Amino acid sequence: MSVPVWNPAVEFMEREALERLQLTRLRQTVAWALKTPFYRRRLAEVGLTHPEDLGSLRDLRKLPYTTKDDLRAAFPDGLLAVDLERTVRLHTSSGTTGMPTVIYHTRPDLDHWTELVARCIVAAGATARDVFQNMTNYGMFTGGLGLHYGAERVGMLVIPVSSGNTGRQIHLMRNFQTTVVHATPSYLLHLHAALAGEGVTVDQLRLRKAFIGAEPHSEETRRKIEALFGIQAYNSYGLSEMNGPGVAFECVHQTGLHLWEDAYMLEIIDPGTLQPLPEGQTGEIVMTTLQRQATPLLRYRTRDLSHLVSGNCPCGRTHRRLARIKGRSDDMLIVNGVNVFPSQIEDVLMKTPEVGTNYLIQLEKRGSLDRLVVKTEIYAKLFTGDPRTLDDLRERIGEALRSAILIKPTVELHEPGSLPVSEGKAKRVVDLRPAF
Amino acid sequence: MMEQLSVFVDNRPGRLNAVTGILRDHQIDIRAMTIADHRAYGVVKLLVSDSRLAHRALVDQGFAAALKPVLAIAIEDRPGGLHELLEVLAERAINVLDAYGFVVAPGQRAVWCMEVDDPDAVARLIAARGLEVLADHELYRL
Repeated sequence: MSVPVWNPAVEFMEREALERLQLTRLRQTVAWALKTPFYRRRLAEVGLTHPEDLGSLRDLRKLPYTTKDDLRAAFPDGLLAVDLERTVRLHTSSGTTGMPTVIYHTRPDLDHWTELVARCIVAAGATARDVFQNMTNYGMFTGGLGLHYGAERVGMLVIPVSSGNTGRQIHLMRNFQTTVVHATPSYLLHLHAALAGEGVTVDQLRLRKAFIGAEPHSEETRRKIEALFGIQAYNSYGLSEMNGPGVAFECVHQTGLHLWEDAYMLEIIDPGTLQPLPEGQTGEIVMTTLQRQATPLLRYRTRDLSHLVSGNCPCGRTHRRLARIKGRSDDMLIVNGVNVFPSQIEDVLMKTPEVGTNYLIQLEKRGSLDRLVVKTEIYAKLFTGDPRTLDDLRERIGEALRSAILIKPTVELHEPGSLPVSEGKAKRVVDLRPAF
Repeated sequence: MMEQLSVFVDNRPGRLNAVTGILRDHQIDIRAMTIADHRAYGVVKLLVSDSRLAHRALVDQGFAAALKPVLAIAIEDRPGGLHELLEVLAERAINVLDAYGFVVAPGQRAVWCMEVDDPDAVARLIAARGLEVLADHELYRL
């Protein structure tokens, strides 16, 4: 087998051995967590005062969840599990929506993080012979430094250009014959559009791979980036609370993102009931750090939505795969007890050529029942003038939605241009149900 | 044959007069108008003095609009006038999909407008029975 791999002993570890390792590390993490005021109180509430109280991995479910609000409430050091003297770096969130969250790292914490990123880079087929241009922001944002140290460890030639200044990015790519870049998908699309203005063609570049992440994107966007540059693009998933990049990454087979399960315990839960979901069902990603001493986090609710990809990856790695992120659990709607994500509705509408891209989801109360109304605009160029085809269209969208979200909504068709536009942060959900 | 203009409008105040306002601005005369109501929206069907111009004007303003051939048949405005026409259709088992009528000269002339599956064949059949199938310009001479 010629699969590129950084750490075969861990990446191909048998599940049984991997789970034994997880239990050992989970107990260690609980021991670290018990050093923080926050978790000492939380764990006492569930009767857990000693790491050995965890008899098996199933006991993970006894642990309380941790939320972003908990992290904010613990600002600045309520979750710090070591003496400040032992910490060597911190990253904080921007704090634009409230108090910032802080993650501290010891030297071994950073070392482990770098190891995970190195695995990702090699899994995606990059090597020490590559020239790596890191186009994401350095500093508090974890994407820049995270990939930087991982790439150095692999032995790539790193160009730490950071984000922005597209003209400079393009000239660096040409002058140093960059072979691998790390950027957000939208920035790569922007960069491609700017090539002509700099008098550079794709043929003058030697680019062969891109690592894309930090924003949700569709498979179509990935394929578009691949086609525009004639490269392979690999999906990267991470979040600052879990160090940053290096949590999950696609291998060369591009069939979902391997999540490093020796470093993170993974659960997918129903964000409404908080119960774990069977494999394959879409829910909120919940993760527990297994190797971070300075800021251990137990059952952290990421608010990102995904599902586990079933079966084994052809690469042979035993670490399970996440499907690409579908959206945020904050967006989830509960309609007559059924969880509905706006992105599921959007998917159906995007596949219906007779309607445009603008839509509005409205929730109403009829007696004791919720009523879901999906408003969409007809696409002017495909309007036939026949009211019956409109009825058929409504019926067709209604059926497609029912098979996607298990509820048949009322579908309303509207004039082009009458609903909020699809770009930017348009308000797409209106909940008219009275609050109790 | 005539061209009928169909326009998709939201069922809320101010939308219908948005359509008629555009027609007025282009000096387009309305001969007949019906609305098929579908709760949240309606499809407005119009016979107008210049259907192509009206269509373009509405599409330019962002409306979903379409042109479609319809049969406009001149009949006598007297008891039994419409019945005689419909008897012809019934004999040949021709189904009427949508229809409306209006009087042009009271006691003398009315026009029956209808959508059928094969308008060309039906037009030939009706003409053979001595009834007049109108073209755009002919409607405005009545």
